[in-house]
Amino acid sequence: MTTVASTEELLEIGDRIAGWAQDGEEVEVVVSVEGETDVRAYGGEIEAFSSAKSMGAGIRVIANQRQGFAYAGTLDEAVLAETLEEARDNVKFATPDEYLGLAEPDGAEYVSLDLYNSSVLDCAPEQKIQLALDLEQAVLKGDSRIIGVESADYSDSVSSAAIVTTSGIRYGETDTACYISAYSLAHEDDDTQTGFGYSIGRDPQELDVEAAAQDAVHRATRLLGAKKPASQRTQVLLDPWVTAQLLGIIGATLSGEAVIKGRSLFAGRLKQQIATSSITLVDDPTNPDAFTAGEADGEGLATRRNVLIESGQLQKFVHNSYTARRLNTTSTGSAVRGVASTPTAGCQALSLLPGTKSQAELCAMAGDGVLIQSVSGLHSGVNPVSGDFSTGAEGLRIKDGSPAEPLKEFTIASTIQKLLLNISQVGNDLQWLPMRSAGVSLLIDDVTVSGD
Amino acid sequence: MLEVATTDFSHTLLSETAAEEVLQVALSRGADFAEIFAEDRRSCAAGFDDQKIEELASGRSRGAGIRVLVGDSTGFAHTADLSPQGLKEAAEVASAAARDGQGQVKQIALTQAFHPNPSDPEILPETVPKAHKVEMLARVDQIARSAGSEISQVSCRYGDSRRQFVVANSDGVYSGDDQVKSSFSVSCVAVGDGGMQTGRESIGHTVGFELFERYDVEDLAEKAATRALTKLKAQPAPSGTMPVVIGQGGGGVLFHEACGHGLEADHIAKNASVFVDRIGEQVASPLVTLIDDGTMTDEWGCYAIDDEGRPAQHTVLIKDGILVDYMWDLIRARQKSRPSSGNGRRQSYQHLPMVRMTNTYISNGSTDPEKIIADTPEGVYVAQLGGGQVNPATGDFVFGMTEAYLIRNGEIAEPLREGNLIGNGPEVLQNIDLLGSDFAMGSPGACGKDGQGVPVGDGTPTLRVTALTVGGTAA
Repeated sequence: MTTVASTEELLEIGDRIAGWAQDGEEVEVVVSVEGETDVRAYGGEIEAFSSAKSMGAGIRVIANQRQGFAYAGTLDEAVLAETLEEARDNVKFATPDEYLGLAEPDGAEYVSLDLYNSSVLDCAPEQKIQLALDLEQAVLKGDSRIIGVESADYSDSVSSAAIVTTSGIRYGETDTACYISAYSLAHEDDDTQTGFGYSIGRDPQELDVEAAAQDAVHRATRLLGAKKPASQRTQVLLDPWVTAQLLGIIGATLSGEAVIKGRSLFAGRLKQQIATSSITLVDDPTNPDAFTAGEADGEGLATRRNVLIESGQLQKFVHNSYTARRLNTTSTGSAVRGVASTPTAGCQALSLLPGTKSQAELCAMAGDGVLIQSVSGLHSGVNPVSGDFSTGAEGLRIKDGSPAEPLKEFTIASTIQKLLLNISQVGNDLQWLPMRSAGVSLLIDDVTVSGD
Repeated sequence: MLEVATTDFSHTLLSETAAEEVLQVALSRGADFAEIFAEDRRSCAAGFDDQKIEELASGRSRGAGIRVLVGDSTGFAHTADLSPQGLKEAAEVASAAARDGQGQVKQIALTQAFHPNPSDPEILPETVPKAHKVEMLARVDQIARSAGSEISQVSCRYGDSRRQFVVANSDGVYSGDDQVKSSFSVSCVAVGDGGMQTGRESIGHTVGFELFERYDVEDLAEKAATRALTKLKAQPAPSGTMPVVIGQGGGGVLFHEACGHGLEADHIAKNASVFVDRIGEQVASPLVTLIDDGTMTDEWGCYAIDDEGRPAQHTVLIKDGILVDYMWDLIRARQKSRPSSGNGRRQSYQHLPMVRMTNTYISNGSTDPEKIIADTPEGVYVAQLGGGQVNPATGDFVFGMTEAYLIRNGEIAEPLREGNLIGNGPEVLQNIDLLGSDFAMGSPGACGKDGQGVPVGDGTPTLRVTALTVGGTAA
């Protein structure tokens, strides 16, 4: 793998560009360099091996209460000078807005997270290839009904990013991440089912091939022979993976950006009960276990632990410096962005406070219902503005307190508001996933299952 | 042979000589195939929200991806450094990444090929003053808000992009394309006693700024606002299996999910599609003729050549219900010693190409669309779809309804709240029993696969599926 730039080098680039700011101008520069390795195994061979380094810079200019932005996929100094000019030119066309402005140092301490592990760089390509090959083999050997592995992947990244502003922000950080994932195909009696498994870490040595393979095997084989259920209203038990996706949607409704623009279901509900008392929802990018942990937010402010819902009561929305100013409050260190866009306000590492019961115990408590293994169409049947919630699903019937026959081709539906109020139990099986939220088993009452 | 010049930009982006040199480096350790894809992309977007032009954003990215094949293994590297040295370094990395194989060191002779672009933009967006691009956005806000006092928020977005690329490979291909796209979307929020509802409209074509001579953005604003207002009166969608009438245009998403992905040759090669080994079989109702067509003039998913240098094609996938062919990219076609169907696409130079759809549509039927609804005593009419998702290995797919109504006694009745519908591709294709005579293409789509997004189009006439599962909450 190519070595990446040091944060110091990126900060220097930021310093240089920010130094070109003219009188009456605020300038913010974000710079990033990422090195990536991706390996895909198929049929005992390497189907693809990619090794790449990408870089870019985004420049935001604010002048006379107007904002302009431009980005470039290079760190070439001449191009960055043009990019600044372009951002400056774009300023002329925006509507003046007195609340615009860059983030300013707020005194919050940056938490040192130690998210960099040089072993991703030290690990030889052969070892990375071997992880993908081993994963494929482990899935194939896991069960006689596994007929193939559509993909067995190893991926890693080393990312360095820096932000420098004329308002006094200057911060850089580097992190590493790696994961393996497999997507299996199981077949029996004319029925095919699929399942995935994964393992994440910051060091390739931490990756658990056996666990990832077992998940991929188990999730596909246990669905073999699945039938479409009858339509009914019932309890559902969400697998941690599904809960994590649900939290992502709930997080979107708690964005300060959604609040100021009249698109949040929960605007005006601060200090009110919006969920059952078993729910405490925390957004905490300072937790190093979170896959999306980070020391600074998208505007360069220190990230912090924000309790959004406590015992069911709405405590807080997440803000960047703009949404905070609009609502006369302070940033929660929740600016999210890529190099190619200006910051919005959003959750970065959501998790529910876990309960005390295992998934098996929650099954036993449910008695009857449906265990939801995976959902589909979250982008097409869920509307975070109206709260309508409907997704495709597959899973297992829960009968007499235990998982029973497999079910497929059905939907689960409710509204986001009702789901939060109908959560009866949170499991103890919290796990961080390769997304902006953690998963945990969740038992929810009165959800509509649509099938035959 | 140099018959027709490729395009002006090709030589500045990647000359034939430079391409040959890089390919030689890529092949130097012994390989079966090498390719270089150099790209220069510019974009401009203006966002209006909360009664303000929030910002105008410009983007530029240039770089090249280099791919080396040894047997069935692919090595890939990309770089933003288009200098001869930068390209050679990337070629070394890609060549080392493909495992040392038995491939022969080859001589390359590039031949320029010219393929006409199905679109010929009249007004290049880069020649349009930025002020013109943002000027219409405020008007859209006004029109949408004037549709009703319940309209509480309006956002709209203008976007244009120009993507120029050159692709050269060790089979002698040297070709390029210049793809100009323009788009516009508007979303409204309406507030009523029962909470908030949303309505959205979007347009996008492979054309320049003349898009706005062809469409009236004010008209779109009114439609989006009306959709949000209508939904304020919406009731929960039903729950269960029933007849579903899908409206013209955007209803094409149904086929994109129900069978489009399952007909991509990479899923077929890995035995991960319900359509494996079914060529020549009746896989759909005889009413269904499904086409993937990258040559459709000005459509969102059209181009002159795909991202592997193959000209776009008009491919009949299903003819009168019988499966005729799959869609192919270079690697999958090589494995079967057949030509690619021009479906090898990538999100950018930073990505490996794979089999992707272009513009996928059902050809026109003969039934009066009004009669389709009149002949349906009870069911659901989906007027606007909102994307979907499929598991090609099982065929189970979902698609969302963003504007839908109950059908009662053969008439369109109450509006419904949003939700997903779920079905199984092969079953749904067989259960299409009426096909309208009102073919239209739908809104621009962004198709996601394996982490890469590419622009695609969909189209269909009004049609009826005898049984689909509607994922609402009403008993």
